[in-house]
Amino acid sequence: MDLTLFVWRQRGQLDKGRLEQYAARNISPDMSFLEMLDTVNEGLIAEGREAIAFDHDCREGICGMCSQVINGIPHGPQEKTTVCQLHMRHFKDGDTIYIEPWRAKAFPVIRDLIVDRSSLDRIIQSGGYASVHTGGVPDANAVLVPKQDVDIAMDAAECIGCGACVAACPNGAAMLFTAAKVTHLAMLPQGRVEAARRVCVMTETMLREGFGSCSNHYECQAVCPKGIKVSFIAKLNREYLKSFMGNPGCSTGE
Amino acid sequence: MILDGKSPSGPLAEKWDRRRQELKLVNPANKRRYKILVVGTGLAGASAAATLGELGYTVEAFCFQDSPRRGHSIAAQGGINAAKNYPNDGDSIYRLFYDTVKGGDFRAREANVYRLAMLSNNIIDQCVAQGVPFARDYAGYLDNRSFGGAQVSRTFYARGQTGQQLLLGAYGALSRQIHAGTVRLYPRTEMLDLVVINGHAKGITIRDLTTGAIRSHTGDAVCLCTGGYGNVFYLSTNAMGSNVTATYRAYKKGAFFANPCFTQIHPTCIPVTGDHQSKLTLMSESLRNDGRVWVPKKKADERKPHEISEDERDYFLERKYPSFGNLAPRDIASRAAKEVCDEGRGVGPGGRGVYLDFADAIQRLGKDKISERYGNLFEMYEKITAENAYDRPMRIYPAPHYTMGGLWVDYNLQSNIPGLYVLGEANFSDHGANRLGASALMQGLADGYFIISYTIADYLARTGPGSASADHAEFLRSIGEVDAASKKLLSINGRRTVNDFHRELGRIMWEHVGMARRRESLELALKRIPELRAEFWSNVRVPGSGADLNQELEKAGRVADFLEFGELMALDALLREESCGGHFRVEHQMPDGEAKRDDDNFCYVAAWEFRGVGKKPELHKEPLTFEHIPLATRSYK
Amino acid sequence: MTLIKNMVGRKIVMSITGLALVSFVCIHLLGNISLFSGPDGINAYAKMLHSLGPFLWVVRLIMAAALGLHMVFGILLTLENRTSRAQKYAVNKHLSATVAGKNMIWTGLLIALYLGYHLLHFTGQMIMPEFSSSRNLDALGRPDVFSMVVHSFQHTVVSVVYVTAMAAVGLHLSHGLQSMVQTLGLNNERTLPVMVKVGAAAALVLFLGYAAIPAGIVSRLVGR
Repeated sequence: MDLTLFVWRQRGQLDKGRLEQYAARNISPDMSFLEMLDTVNEGLIAEGREAIAFDHDCREGICGMCSQVINGIPHGPQEKTTVCQLHMRHFKDGDTIYIEPWRAKAFPVIRDLIVDRSSLDRIIQSGGYASVHTGGVPDANAVLVPKQDVDIAMDAAECIGCGACVAACPNGAAMLFTAAKVTHLAMLPQGRVEAARRVCVMTETMLREGFGSCSNHYECQAVCPKGIKVSFIAKLNREYLKSFMGNPGCSTGE
Repeated sequence: MILDGKSPSGPLAEKWDRRRQELKLVNPANKRRYKILVVGTGLAGASAAATLGELGYTVEAFCFQDSPRRGHSIAAQGGINAAKNYPNDGDSIYRLFYDTVKGGDFRAREANVYRLAMLSNNIIDQCVAQGVPFARDYAGYLDNRSFGGAQVSRTFYARGQTGQQLLLGAYGALSRQIHAGTVRLYPRTEMLDLVVINGHAKGITIRDLTTGAIRSHTGDAVCLCTGGYGNVFYLSTNAMGSNVTATYRAYKKGAFFANPCFTQIHPTCIPVTGDHQSKLTLMSESLRNDGRVWVPKKKADERKPHEISEDERDYFLERKYPSFGNLAPRDIASRAAKEVCDEGRGVGPGGRGVYLDFADAIQRLGKDKISERYGNLFEMYEKITAENAYDRPMRIYPAPHYTMGGLWVDYNLQSNIPGLYVLGEANFSDHGANRLGASALMQGLADGYFIISYTIADYLARTGPGSASADHAEFLRSIGEVDAASKKLLSINGRRTVNDFHRELGRIMWEHVGMARRRESLELALKRIPELRAEFWSNVRVPGSGADLNQELEKAGRVADFLEFGELMALDALLREESCGGHFRVEHQMPDGEAKRDDDNFCYVAAWEFRGVGKKPELHKEPLTFEHIPLATRSYK
Repeated sequence: MTLIKNMVGRKIVMSITGLALVSFVCIHLLGNISLFSGPDGINAYAKMLHSLGPFLWVVRLIMAAALGLHMVFGILLTLENRTSRAQKYAVNKHLSATVAGKNMIWTGLLIALYLGYHLLHFTGQMIMPEFSSSRNLDALGRPDVFSMVVHSFQHTVVSVVYVTAMAAVGLHLSHGLQSMVQTLGLNNERTLPVMVKVGAAAALVLFLGYAAIPAGIVSRLVGR
């Protein structure tokens, strides 16, 4: 099939950027969306033009690197599917496709469709872990964890950190991402100890990094390729209130 | 040269303790004065950087991805082995050790494997403490399953995303150290050279993939945790960015590359649909528990699978290996599938696929049961192929999956270059000629959490901190070379794209250095790879500039290395005149098609020393001795 | 202070003040519908309110504070959120955001404008002073709220203004109620979709309740 693409091209953070039109010809329905872009890029290189830059790595939907807004929807029209797992059979011959980068203040564009998501890493760095030293831990079965709790923790832990939730959010908020990590660790006895401080510092980091706040539109849940639920955001809010009642102001120190 | 693996003496179970006793320690107050460079942030790299940072060393961690959470360890599905023996089904450290040595077809170092089995238990404890949500039973205890044909249930798992959860655990530990300031992270940064001064590894040269800047980082030691080289085949289950560049450039600086021909092919991947294919997706091997593998008896049979009657089908695994049938080991199942396709009986586009049929299982157990067991895999299959595997058989085909070979390291994980340590899939040490399922994650974490911190201290304590200076001529030379290579690639301005060369190299490697290797095909590969390499350096087209983000330039550098490395792999395969594990030489097989090992002549590690591009590398041997497990032939008949 | 420095904290301030305001809206409606039982109902209610004396002022002050905070943080958060997503998509598709949700700031501002008018009209009684209840007492000597309301709403324009404002309140609450429950962390996976529906239904009920009064008067069902 033949398609018309409008792709965001931007040389760097200082460049204004613009949509450019490309033709994608002889696209097989078996191609993945990224393979379609590979094909377009091969054509561009043959013409001596620069290839469209886009992030991708594992191409099996788990590394969280791919990040494109396709026709207004992060990761495209297919539910619970990353761009790399989206196949061209979901498009029709003659379709026009708009491809844009994740847009948020906290995700500056580096080039074309590539954005800088290190703000998400910094949220985790501020407290998204259990502070355990290597070695000196008890036997794995020493602390029992109810299966129901582990299952919820795992539902939350499936987050791949792609940032689609931020891209979809009208406020550019990272609440679903942060809530997933807060919930994952708060559900387990190993993470519970630091839960109060964690939720406080992680939410403060969100603000510092320029993410917006949650207006409960639930766009994030609708686009999440891993089906992370907004009920985790309620859980984060609950954890925050609990933390605030116990000790206002994250002042537990290092 | 005969290499010494430096295994400690004494009884097997005491070796690691004994070695730890011998190793020197670094004074805690001095640790921050030592700088350690950790390249790669998958399981091995993230766990190593976190642990070393926590101990107080100054650590710099590098990854080419945008975040350390994206190393390809994340894609491991199945699980991680440990000799916990929670199910009380007869497992022990010794049994895990035994299975790993035997599974590796007696081409791994015994002492290393025993240590790995021993540390496997600590890994599980560590990960649980980090909050890795391993599967549990209703009483709250950890759950285990049997994996990859093991006779005991020793595999811990977190749904189908064990690798992801373990990596996120290590990423959490690493993030904690970044926050504490002991580890400085350099994402979107690719190592392009190792700097060796007076025979010691003293730094690396990198390219900042965002700005294009090329610069050096000095260090008192370097840890390479950069994964395997499966992408030499172009199509593999590896991530697109997985490459051999870091280890290969260390090889060019004098590090020995060991057993490059030991590669593992996974039998149950989704087949290729056309030339546009960029990677292959693996599906869990567990599918073979209930699926039956077949192809039509007739060549080029275009009929739909249900139109082919029972007596026109060839259930070739059941026919050839009656006792194991569809559960035949990975290498055997893979080879058998390729053979029937080579005969022209393959199915699907291009005839590169075999059926994996669940019709019998659905009839026997009901659709619900099958959906309960494999529902997520069937969904994944449908997402990619748009075919419903409940109604028609799946199509599968083997794909390169893991590489057992890697840089040579001694028992301390140190390469032959002092100060250069190699961890995880990037080294060669623990899996021999074939890796058992659920053992890769175990090795990466054992190396990173529990081994490197002891062994690297010994080296550092002996050398003293801060010995490298960034203005040393070697650093300047290294930057100059890397810069020149990148300029060269940009200036060729030929007619073929980087992908085009990579694809062609992959075809050569797959056809001639793939699952079944024969002398003539290997020799052909050794002739064609240099030709292709020559064409690459005169006809590749890399658009754009080196002064900013340029993904084509990144790829070009990696493919250039694969074009040299492929030759090394073919040479190693040619010289290893035996079949063992993942390395199958057609000339060396039993009458029944089983691999025929030659322990008298090849019970060694082949470690190659670089002698110049296009020149024959020098072979060094590390003889392998098996004191505890007698050399035996495996049989899956 | 820490509460308002944290983005979740700010949202919690929005929720709690929102809860206070919506409680007022509910009680106010309960009072207002006494209009349907004629002058005796609402005028007695007004007298009762006046008899509360200082307590009434306490409630008024709390409401004013809640309103102030709700408005300040509402505007602040909206401005902040806009800068967090400054650049717009060329193509933007919303999958679950509602009209009500996306326009909270506009319905909110509309309600604020209306509130000024409403206070001037029925509380300050500076608009249409001829019907002022403090000047016109009923037969029992109570402020004649009934007549004031009926006479005011017999002007169609006034009724239209009120119904429009109530539509804004309804829209605001149709998102705000479920949003409040979520922000206070009272949801789980099961209750969330229920809350979305309950919130919208409750908003509709409040709208209909309020709109019924001018509608009843304009259609002459009340006040004849």
